[in-house]
Amino acid sequence: MAAEQTISPASKATSGPNWLLRDLAGLAVILVLAGIGYLLFPNNLALLTRITAIALLVLSLDLVTGYCGIATLGHAALFGAGAYAAGIAAAHFGITDPIIMVVIGAIGGAAAGLLAGAIMLRGHGLAQLVLSIAIVYLFHETANKASGWTGGSDGLAGISPDPVFGLFGFDLWGRTAYVFGIVLLVLVFLLLRVLVRSPFGMLCRGIKEDPVRVSAMGASVNATLLRMYVISGAVAGVGGALNAISTQVVGLDSLSFTTSAEALVMLVLGGTGSLYGGLIGTLVFMWFEDFVSSINPFHWLTIVGALLIAVVLFAPSGLYGTAVQLLQRIRDKR
Amino acid sequence: MSTVFEARHLNKSFGGLAVAKDISISLARGDRVALIGPNGAGKTTFINLVTGHLAPDSGTVMFDDADVTALSPTKRVRQGLVRSFQVTRLFSEMTPAEHVALAVLQRTGRSGRMLGNFQAMQDVMAEVQESLHSLGIDHVANRRVSEIAYGQQRLLEIALALALRPKVLLLDEPAAGVPQSDTSRIETALAALPADLAVLMIDHDMDLVFRFARRVVVLAAGAIIFDGSPQEVTQDMRVREAYLGNYANARSAA
Repeated sequence: MAAEQTISPASKATSGPNWLLRDLAGLAVILVLAGIGYLLFPNNLALLTRITAIALLVLSLDLVTGYCGIATLGHAALFGAGAYAAGIAAAHFGITDPIIMVVIGAIGGAAAGLLAGAIMLRGHGLAQLVLSIAIVYLFHETANKASGWTGGSDGLAGISPDPVFGLFGFDLWGRTAYVFGIVLLVLVFLLLRVLVRSPFGMLCRGIKEDPVRVSAMGASVNATLLRMYVISGAVAGVGGALNAISTQVVGLDSLSFTTSAEALVMLVLGGTGSLYGGLIGTLVFMWFEDFVSSINPFHWLTIVGALLIAVVLFAPSGLYGTAVQLLQRIRDKR
Repeated sequence: MSTVFEARHLNKSFGGLAVAKDISISLARGDRVALIGPNGAGKTTFINLVTGHLAPDSGTVMFDDADVTALSPTKRVRQGLVRSFQVTRLFSEMTPAEHVALAVLQRTGRSGRMLGNFQAMQDVMAEVQESLHSLGIDHVANRRVSEIAYGQQRLLEIALALALRPKVLLLDEPAAGVPQSDTSRIETALAALPADLAVLMIDHDMDLVFRFARRVVVLAAGAIIFDGSPQEVTQDMRVREAYLGNYANARSAA
């Protein structure tokens, strides 16, 4: 029947085996890149682990910005909340099992997401953006003032996580931390791919395009967005916990405006609304930052700024988005 | 026939300007009512009062024998009071199949599910196919909405409203902006609306109104000035003065 054929997997958009293949390919690329990183830069694993942690922050930002259309310059508040939750659990309460620390980080991030979301969703557009900045400054200032718990501007030290499963200790070279981080990233990434394809993910994409239309379908926009904010907070919290575990210290910079803004820049660089773009943007931005700052420690920010302008002007859908468009064009020509 | 929707004595004013004056209207199952009136007559205000996007200064909105005046717009939709939009408000990056699926999932309480995909849900897919097929847009089911013709978007707008299984459907200019060649498809779709559904349609296209409606309500300056059959409306002097003007003259001359 003609009617049946038209909605069969022949289409390009979101059909069955297609997405499975694409996600498996994405997974393979992450694992291959992670392996290459491990082999090529054995002395730089700390940087690679930091990239992994920030990638989790950028993924979580993609959930609210790329899938729900909420622009925020305060997302590091959720990342830092996770980092401090995991760090405080370890330093003050002796909870040093890395997996439990990650869970605590996720809970801390989710709680921060609930709070930040509840405040931010009261505003729209510019007001929302300003609220997001206010939130990250409030979080930053709270952590700064509560130095008995957070170590204030000196940072929270005394975090010494146990070996993973009691077997793999966190070594000086950061090998365990790196593998631990990659495993977390892969797990979270796969879960999020499932999430964004689910009915809930589709509802969020609808809200991003037209919240009025979604509410005219009888769905409550704010409740949906708040749920996504909590999920996003949990993901950012996992990233924060990973950072606390791998560096064994939590600094105020983990919930700073700068980190928030950089995360947004990485997301835009890679492309919003695909999760892949966020990963690519993080990798390219942080690698480029490291590379350029080693060449020219004084003007590296200028160079990064110039690169960004180039991307926004010439590839407005980001590196991943532009690559997908080019591929599509080539395929259409055939 | 049983009354499914009733607006009672709705009043609304902005500042000193009354935009709804004592509006009372009721719809029974299977009704086909056209709401017409010159620009600025208060049609959009009336729709907003009914859907709950505006709160009336006084008066009540009854739906299914219950007072829904205090209910939020989304709750009214869930009870079956559904509207379509004059300017298509669709998700340009999504496909028609995804649109209808989202509506079906929402209606059946599954739009918040975080696992699975609608394409694996057989009942949803069956309804999506059936809906798009009956409106003749199944061949574009998996294209992006931004890539399909405007007439097809208008049909999708109707599909979306119907997928919510409304009891009362408010159609806001369903054929506005559609090329003449495509209006017949929309008329066919309107003629095929479920028989027990109460429909209130706003439109400027008088030919469409006269073919579709079995009852016409005329709104002018925020008040209802006529409520009766299409045959009578062209004869009503007040309507002629307020609105129809040339059209009625042209008809009687012809």
